[in-house]
Amino acid sequence: MRLLTHNMLSCNIKGVTNGYPLRLEAEKWTEKEVDFNAKFLRGIFPKIDWPALVGSARALGFNDLLPDEAPDSSLLASDDDLLRRFHRALLEIHVEEGGLVCPETGRRFPINKGIPNLLLHEDEVQV
Amino acid sequence: MKLKQLESLLGRIQQFSNPKLDLEQYPTGPHIASRMLYTAENTFGDVNGKVVADFGCGCGTLGIASAFLGADYVIGIDVDLQSLETASQNAENLEVDVDLIQCDVKNLSWRGQVIDTVVMNPPFGTRKKGSDMEFLSVAFKVASQAVYSLHKTSTREHIKRVALRDFCASSAEVLCELRFDVPQLYKFHKKKEVDIAVDLWRYIFFFYLGSLCKNIFFI
Repeated sequence: MRLLTHNMLSCNIKGVTNGYPLRLEAEKWTEKEVDFNAKFLRGIFPKIDWPALVGSARALGFNDLLPDEAPDSSLLASDDDLLRRFHRALLEIHVEEGGLVCPETGRRFPINKGIPNLLLHEDEVQV
Repeated sequence: MKLKQLESLLGRIQQFSNPKLDLEQYPTGPHIASRMLYTAENTFGDVNGKVVADFGCGCGTLGIASAFLGADYVIGIDVDLQSLETASQNAENLEVDVDLIQCDVKNLSWRGQVIDTVVMNPPFGTRKKGSDMEFLSVAFKVASQAVYSLHKTSTREHIKRVALRDFCASSAEVLCELRFDVPQLYKFHKKKEVDIAVDLWRYIFFFYLGSLCKNIFFI
């Protein structure tokens, strides 16, 4: 699971109103190089929840990879270094083992072999 | 990439080793999958440079095909772990990146409109009535650009009505009719292999109208 996927997922347990972002617990992660595509990155930037992305990168120990505050989109056009760090955080880091924890209920969804298990128990499903 | 080339690459995908009847696990063959994604890209430009999600991805055929055609980010969702592990292996063997999530498509909760295009070969709803429509309704909620899906030709009128009237698609179009080879996977199959006619659908929405309507129908 990469951090772009983490950025999109929220908890869907019945009754949960504040299920985003899921807290990332990583026991094992890897990095894999991906082709750099500036156009794609600039297009997806406005759709990213920046604090959640920074939080997930930090959970993996990347404390200085991204600035705390979301950069202005004009900066992404001029600052190649920043765009490359955004690329690395979003697309190159793969969480292999760990878990995703619902911020409201504390329910933990395990990640094994890179696949998060978001199956709900019967009593957690919204009707 | 040429169509023939795509089809031959998809031919290397390993399919279900132990298909599960209740999930209507029928492999999407390379012939049908290559035509589906090739049309989505070459006629409509819905794949290259996009975020694509494959709902009910099984062994990952449609997602992997999207990655071959230049999708920048591909996510496959399935309820069955065994299939997802095969999909993961397939992606690795074919050297593409596909993120996989184990979840029931109807229980997924997404934030924002990150996904551009949804591609899927959903359960036809023959074993569990309405499961095809459940997949469609979620796809319409998350896709900001287009949805592609395969359905039995015999359900064409029903699909059209539901997509336009209940789900407020601004367009629901059958792009072509294909033959779906169903090999003798299950005991209840009497013939060795049967062909069923399936439609390849493309649905789009006017965004503001769609989201307004979606809110009415999905609250």
